[in-house]
Amino acid sequence: MTATLGHSSILMAFALALVGIASPLIAARFEPERFRAVARYSIFGQFTLVTVAAAALIYGLVATDFSIKYVAFNTTRATPIYYRVTGLWGALEGSLLLWEWILIIFAGIVAWVYRERHHELMPWVVMIFSIVSAFFLGVIGFLSNPFETISPIPLDGRGLNPLLEDANMMTHPPLLYTGFVGLTVPFAFAMAALIVGKIDEAWITTTRRWTITAWFFLTAGNLVGAWWSYHVLGWGGYWAWDPVENAAFMPWLPATAFLHSVQVQERRRMLKVWNLSLIIVAFSLTIFGTFLTRSGIISSIHAFSSGPVGAFFLGFLAFILLGSFGLLAYRADLLKEQPELDSMISRESAFLLNNIVLVSALFTIFLGTIFPLISEAVAGVQVSVGAPYFNSVTVPLFLCLVFLMAVGPMIAWRRASWDNLKRNFLWPASAALLFGFGLFLWKVRDFLPLLGFTLLAFVVCTMTYDTALALRARKRIAGEGILRGLITLSRRNQRRYGGFIVHLGVVLIIMGIAGSMTYSKEKEATLAVKQDLTVGNYRIQFEGLKGAQQPTHFRVEGAFRVFHNGNDEGVINPALKFFPSQQSPIGRAVHQSSLSEDIYLILSGFSEVERNQATLKVLVRPLVIWMWIGGFVIVFGTLICIWPMPKAEQQEQS
Amino acid sequence: MPIRRLIITVLIIAPILALLAFGFTRDAKYIHSPLLAKPAAPFNVTLFDGKKISLEDFRGKALFLNFWASWCAPCRTEAYDLEAAWRKVKDKNMIFLGVALQDSDQASKDFLKEFAVTYPNGKDESGKIAVDYGTWGIPESFFIDPQGRITYKHVGGIRAALVLSKLEEAAKSIASAQEGRGDYQGVR
Repeated sequence: MTATLGHSSILMAFALALVGIASPLIAARFEPERFRAVARYSIFGQFTLVTVAAAALIYGLVATDFSIKYVAFNTTRATPIYYRVTGLWGALEGSLLLWEWILIIFAGIVAWVYRERHHELMPWVVMIFSIVSAFFLGVIGFLSNPFETISPIPLDGRGLNPLLEDANMMTHPPLLYTGFVGLTVPFAFAMAALIVGKIDEAWITTTRRWTITAWFFLTAGNLVGAWWSYHVLGWGGYWAWDPVENAAFMPWLPATAFLHSVQVQERRRMLKVWNLSLIIVAFSLTIFGTFLTRSGIISSIHAFSSGPVGAFFLGFLAFILLGSFGLLAYRADLLKEQPELDSMISRESAFLLNNIVLVSALFTIFLGTIFPLISEAVAGVQVSVGAPYFNSVTVPLFLCLVFLMAVGPMIAWRRASWDNLKRNFLWPASAALLFGFGLFLWKVRDFLPLLGFTLLAFVVCTMTYDTALALRARKRIAGEGILRGLITLSRRNQRRYGGFIVHLGVVLIIMGIAGSMTYSKEKEATLAVKQDLTVGNYRIQFEGLKGAQQPTHFRVEGAFRVFHNGNDEGVINPALKFFPSQQSPIGRAVHQSSLSEDIYLILSGFSEVERNQATLKVLVRPLVIWMWIGGFVIVFGTLICIWPMPKAEQQEQS
Repeated sequence: MPIRRLIITVLIIAPILALLAFGFTRDAKYIHSPLLAKPAAPFNVTLFDGKKISLEDFRGKALFLNFWASWCAPCRTEAYDLEAAWRKVKDKNMIFLGVALQDSDQASKDFLKEFAVTYPNGKDESGKIAVDYGTWGIPESFFIDPQGRITYKHVGGIRAALVLSKLEEAAKSIASAQEGRGDYQGVR
């Protein structure tokens, strides 16, 4: 019953999506008014039906309706209720349904919010949404049906992969999908503008908040993924440059470039073709990411079950790329007139450079990701490139980005005068250099980290200096104190100050990455009881092993007392969990964080419990915690950027 | 000139798509098995009836070794075929052994009951056997000759006719050059 309800809702929604595609075409030819409304109502209809389908699957999971194959494969009777709900995105079929659900929620909101505006664009926006929706509904309805039934009905299910039973897995996939799907909004408006031939700035200003929101979810999704990897996978790292991680990260790069370059278009009416291309690339990469994950064409530690879906995703990717770039090529005549760059030393050229760097990073990561395919196609041998390749090519690019992050927001539009440069950068640059010199004296002698931290300091100094000048002006004009002044500034100029805070978050994240990449220490040893291991300022003493049967697995736990600079910091207990359904044990690493460094303990092996010997791996990773703090700072900054303000407040938007 | 621009667009995009499509002609997970025609790794298995058994016990007989799990759909598909093949050879100098992988005892036993399996079956408790045999997709089957050498490997579901012919080859110590393929489920 649940399965029938779910599956028939999907099929009806698919039919409505086809109506949503056809009606703007009919409207354009025959009767605009009536069919425009039809397109909108088809979106609301799809929204209702897909919500019913998603609710049906969630109900099936919660009520452990094992007649549904998906439920039987992804829950057990023992699974706690919250992991039953998250089983919705525990495997391929359900996660496609989640994707479609988020997509149609976005489409519904867009169709509702702009029901009285953009009369010319909206039917086409709705059509683009319906095309994407029809594709996903087609895949869910006909190829990868989450409502497939099995007979005979099993008594119990197989359950989620135990690694997925973690609080972060409740948030990571929905965040990432929301980021992916959110990019459909600017993409749909861009395509609509191209179809109509009205390629002014309207589509950009309309979708600005949507793009920032999508960017925010992409950032959050990637960060939570990194946190999950760090905190659950028990290898002490947060990023492995695995193809699937790259697939999630790649759309972030053109999306970030787009957020910056649209400002140039708004201000100077430049980069029209470039902006359209960026958003096409960003959207296509979200489909590419899913294709990569679902097709199994590249081997990954993440690869989801593959099947016939991959070929359909490739077909859809081809359709999107050829269709949208084809449309862009067709309309290129309309996009020709645009002003030239006045000077290389200007904000527009800083933003352009930022774009070039981000796109270069995208290109190198893309190349590294599909390299096994290229090598096999050309040389017949599968060769993959690993973390060293990605690190060596991306680190210099990201250092350039940090520099541009300091310069871009402060330098003048059109042509920066010597005075402007001196006023904005003399003090901050001197302070940053002084900071770098201090680091050098404090024994940071390696070139790259020294350069990196100095550049990060430069970003912070330029922002602080600029804000301090603005605060001084507020004090002079309105007599406002620091806090009051900050509030007024961020209310009046949300994008600028919100953007500053987001940049500060990015600085913190890069600081965490740089610290943990360059100054990590690690040691591994087999210890008998009372023996200890010293790593940096830490001494870890082994106190014994303990084994216990848990409801779903057998758990072996080591007790290790941690001394930091001689002070007893308590006992921490890394463990190994043996699940009957898993070939190898699953580690439960444990870490203690402080603002300066994390100590990370991994139990990598043990003797029989009676002999009480354990093999312990200890990692000391400096500054990691700043990555997660940076994430929260970005949340705050993004909220300032997108918070709806009364028009009168936004006087100085730039 | 929109036509020229359109052609250029297609010329840029098509090679990328072609490269991705090329991905479908190969299996990224496929690793050619170095085990064929090599001595099989020794193992010990506790059968579901409690008896302990090791590879050594099968010396002098052609052995069909099958890794499976109750949750694996292709394993269900091949289960009747395997039992049918077993009934044909059980009086010859040939033996079957099923090894359950990543499965709970109860589910495995229910599976054996459901498909009325009569040949010996046990459980890879530590997962070591599967690692030694490089198992990455189940069902996975190995044919081992009377001297303990692997003559053939098949990843995925297998039909009775193939089991019988490959067992005949194993009995004569004829090793295949390549492994076989059927429907399989990845081992997470």
